[in-house]
Amino acid sequence: MAEVKQLVKGLADLHGRSMESLLPILQGIVHQEQHISEDAMVEVARELNISAAQVFGTATFYSFLHTKPLGKYVIRVCKTITCMMHGKNQIIKELETVLKINLGETTHDRKFTLLETNCLGQCHKGPAMLINDEPYTELTPEKVREIIMKYKQQEINAN
Amino acid sequence: MKKNLQRLDLIFKNEHDTDVILQRTLARNDDEVINDLISSGLKGRGGAGFPTGLKWKLAAESQDDEKYVICNADEGEPGTFKDREILSSVPHKVLSGMAVCAKIIGAKKGFIYLRSEYTFLKPQLLNVIEEFHNLLDSLKLNFRVEIFMGSGAYICGEESALFESMEGKRGEPRNKPPFPTDFGYKGKPTVINNVETLAHTYSIFKYGPDKFKDLGIQDSRGSKVFSVSGDTPIPGIYELEFGMSLQKFVDDFGDGDSKAVQVGGASGFCVPRKRFGKTVIGYQGKLRGTSLPTGGSMMIFNSSRSMYNVLHNYLDFFVEESCGQCTPCRVGTQQLLIGIQAVKKGEQSSSYLDKLLDLAEAMRVTAKCGLGQSVANSFSSIVENFREEMIY
Amino acid sequence: MSDKINLKIDNIAVSIRGGSTILEAAKTINVRIPTLCHHEDLCVAGNCRVCVVEQVGSDRLLPACAMPVAEGMEIQTNSMKVRNARKQIVELLVSEHRADCTRCYKNGKCELQELSSEYIVGEGGFIDLIAHKGYTIDNFSPSIIKDDSKCIRCQRCVRTCDQLQSIGALTVAHKGEHMKVSSFFDKPMFEVVCTNCGQCVNRCPTGALTEKTYLDEVWSALNSDHKHTVVQTAPAVRIALGEALGMPPGEIVTGKMVSALRRLGFNSVLDTDFTADLTIIEEGNELLQRLKRVVKDKDDSVKLPLTTSCSPGWVKFIEHAFPELLPNVSTAKSPQQMFGALAKTFFANKIGVEPENMVSISIMPCTAKKYEADRPEMRSSGFKDVDYVLTTRELALMIKQAGIDFASLPDDEYDSIMGESSGAAVIFGATGGVMEAALRTAYEVVTGREVPFEGLNITPVRGMENIREANIKIENVLPEWDFLEGVELKTCVAHGLTNAKHVMEAVKEGRADYHFIEIMACPGGCLGGGGQPIPTSPAIRKKRSEAIYHEDELKPIRKSHENPEVVHLYEEFLKEPLGEVSHKLLHTHYTERNRY
Repeated sequence: MAEVKQLVKGLADLHGRSMESLLPILQGIVHQEQHISEDAMVEVARELNISAAQVFGTATFYSFLHTKPLGKYVIRVCKTITCMMHGKNQIIKELETVLKINLGETTHDRKFTLLETNCLGQCHKGPAMLINDEPYTELTPEKVREIIMKYKQQEINAN
Repeated sequence: MKKNLQRLDLIFKNEHDTDVILQRTLARNDDEVINDLISSGLKGRGGAGFPTGLKWKLAAESQDDEKYVICNADEGEPGTFKDREILSSVPHKVLSGMAVCAKIIGAKKGFIYLRSEYTFLKPQLLNVIEEFHNLLDSLKLNFRVEIFMGSGAYICGEESALFESMEGKRGEPRNKPPFPTDFGYKGKPTVINNVETLAHTYSIFKYGPDKFKDLGIQDSRGSKVFSVSGDTPIPGIYELEFGMSLQKFVDDFGDGDSKAVQVGGASGFCVPRKRFGKTVIGYQGKLRGTSLPTGGSMMIFNSSRSMYNVLHNYLDFFVEESCGQCTPCRVGTQQLLIGIQAVKKGEQSSSYLDKLLDLAEAMRVTAKCGLGQSVANSFSSIVENFREEMIY
Repeated sequence: MSDKINLKIDNIAVSIRGGSTILEAAKTINVRIPTLCHHEDLCVAGNCRVCVVEQVGSDRLLPACAMPVAEGMEIQTNSMKVRNARKQIVELLVSEHRADCTRCYKNGKCELQELSSEYIVGEGGFIDLIAHKGYTIDNFSPSIIKDDSKCIRCQRCVRTCDQLQSIGALTVAHKGEHMKVSSFFDKPMFEVVCTNCGQCVNRCPTGALTEKTYLDEVWSALNSDHKHTVVQTAPAVRIALGEALGMPPGEIVTGKMVSALRRLGFNSVLDTDFTADLTIIEEGNELLQRLKRVVKDKDDSVKLPLTTSCSPGWVKFIEHAFPELLPNVSTAKSPQQMFGALAKTFFANKIGVEPENMVSISIMPCTAKKYEADRPEMRSSGFKDVDYVLTTRELALMIKQAGIDFASLPDDEYDSIMGESSGAAVIFGATGGVMEAALRTAYEVVTGREVPFEGLNITPVRGMENIREANIKIENVLPEWDFLEGVELKTCVAHGLTNAKHVMEAVKEGRADYHFIEIMACPGGCLGGGGQPIPTSPAIRKKRSEAIYHEDELKPIRKSHENPEVVHLYEEFLKEPLGEVSHKLLHTHYTERNRY
């Protein structure tokens, strides 16, 4: 709680306390915590002197501002038409197998969350996905395995 | 690459003369620059096609000390990815367009509203902006550009929803009038242009309006950047002249088995094979046959594709991405989706499709913004042209 | 923008001020355009789209509520295209709405129902969407029930909560198919900053937001042989009840209401106006005490300005929003709760009824009163002081259920002991009324003379302006009040919580030096309360206000301290204002609540 308070205060100091700062502050929270908790929203409301409901209303409008906890790496697979045509479902299946979770779930170690998303703007290189901010395109099941392995290895090395 | 492809090279030509062009343009009389834009025939490349010069003129005439220039880089239309490419390869052209606009209308601050899916572009873009600010300082123009990140909402590409979003609110489109040139970001006069539109202004500043106007046909002038995807051996980004027939496009880009082309993304029109020859790509206006407005998305489907699946995918998209505030769009999109599902499953008779076509038409004429209004485009064109696929 | 604009609506020429909407222009020529999201008290939304009209020569239809008129416009409000589109929009709304009309509390009073009947939305509409959505009903609040399955997303409630009231309990959350009206994290209304003011209920076109009703409980009390039912009626009920029973706004129906209550079987029919007078004595004395301690004793532990405490929506609002200013709120209970505490003590004793056998019921223009009666501190009698609170609307429903032809009822009088009231109590129902009543008494207490306003009508505190200020110079005081000689008493009146917020911010920041502030949570005061007949509008509230001041003028007694039953109550039971008994029964304390 105290940590969230500090985080939000820091973001408000950085971006300001007007309504125009709301989205940047919420994005800052997500950058740090992957999601915006109830406590965080209350702190944002306090800093900006607006109602908590208003913060909630804005946050829930945007699909990249999650209100439920997500893993450290959020995988978003594009589900829009051309990615679908080029085998998005196979990619999801592969990710489900590699991560041992279903679409929409987070791994037990809270490292990976698997989601679908709307058009990533990579239609000429579909299927495509984002892992946090990083785009990966022209995916194949083999490529997906390699990418996930790379992230897993990275995590092992970091520990 | 097929040999007869007539690619143009205006936008992506990497010209290293930004300083010269900018200095020259900023020194010119504002009215002259606006008149050049107007006579060039440049229209908004986001899809709506409002004349750019006129937009700048209206904002310039609007009386206020505080004005804004915003570059709309919330490129979310399925099948569109050109703005990403423009911002990666020729961002200085976009920034130059913003700076000239700022000088003309009297804005000191500008924003690039960048969709969150393109966050990876931000670091390099920030570097370019920093360099650009140095250039502006040397040219003594008091103008600063910031990046404002979106957070995942297709509707924020709609200009008034984009303002709401920047103001910390839900991205719900506003009632119009008033229009952005009078009442935009923070209620101040604002010019909001698509990435590609701004890049084109640079070409017009550099080469003059005539060179631009010589390209294209009638109401649709200049070149256009197309995002080509789907069943094509050569997906990618292509700058082509306006006024091309769809038949020629399919000949150049198709895989030899094209059965339909979706022009303008999920909110655009689906053209079946039998109409390829009668369809011209350009803004709706005085063109013969059917002309199609487009933000540049061209998705090709070959005969292995189920148009029911295609439409289903589009409707899934709209059901999620409708802001939800107005009845026709919020409920209408859901009804279209479960309606086609019910027909497909045999739970509704095929005549229910006619009720849905009426609904789509009602959505077109009553929805609050372009999203709800244009759902009918893909829905009607797919259902009317591929009715059997919807039923069996 | 003041120039006249000329246009044609349905081929009739209209000339109207520039900046007006098509809807407003149509109204001037008595062309009705249906609306749902539009409300006179709220900003334009343009969401529901049922008000679409056709502009000749234009492909797309225009929302009449949001579209400004333009010179030469030709509008068709009833073309084929308009009718088709409108019908489809109503059908869409119905497909998203749990259309269990016969089982709905708003059956017969629902704006969507009215429109679907008008457009003959029958079978063969769109597929029902409700089945796919797992909606829940939030009925945890003692005041308000929120049923998302009946919501049509017009956002009137959100605009009410956010803009009219600055509460921010309701918001629009999520988007697309999941978009809904929600509280913070979709918590029950009971757990968030909701003040229970019920202004959202007043503006909800459907049954999505309704008051929680206690009709069954009240009926069973009335039908119980061993229970003695005591009913009290708030000042603002008598000038609005008629509206819910087919009469025009502004009818005074006090006598008929008393008749009806007797016919319904209430054993004692008494008046909240009685305790309104009592509130003036207690609160007026509290004000004078505070003034004494601040001005004379220089006691800086005492807080000024004093604010009123009779509006429970306001009390809950300040508990959430300005907890640091709670010491400024009068400790005097609201008239409802003073009544409740006295009913089961003083009154029960007088009539020889055991308090455990007494059921205390109040008829209120208010939904927040239901919550107030449920507060744990409101059990001074040793029992729940007020057992059930019914709104004006619920009473109207009881009268209908009982088959009473209200309009033909004879006038009747309240019972005695706690049924007498002054004109000062009547005006509690209008914004500024408590202030006026308090001044009529306090000025006289201090100077021995009547307030220096013609006919006792303190007009500066009346009216519908958002925030009103009045300064009254106190001169030639009685000897015991000599420290107030020459003091200019500074007062402020605000109604609606947005205005209240502005006033309290000024107080908090030290920008205001008022002595006494009256705040009513609802626009117009209790006459515009969340429990009053629907619809409400500035014009309707004006009519109700006129009726209230008229009723005041008709009263033989105009000042609270002259109410003989109140005088008797002090002599026999309370002894003195702010005394020991008063402290126990008539005063309360407040609780700091979460700000967000």
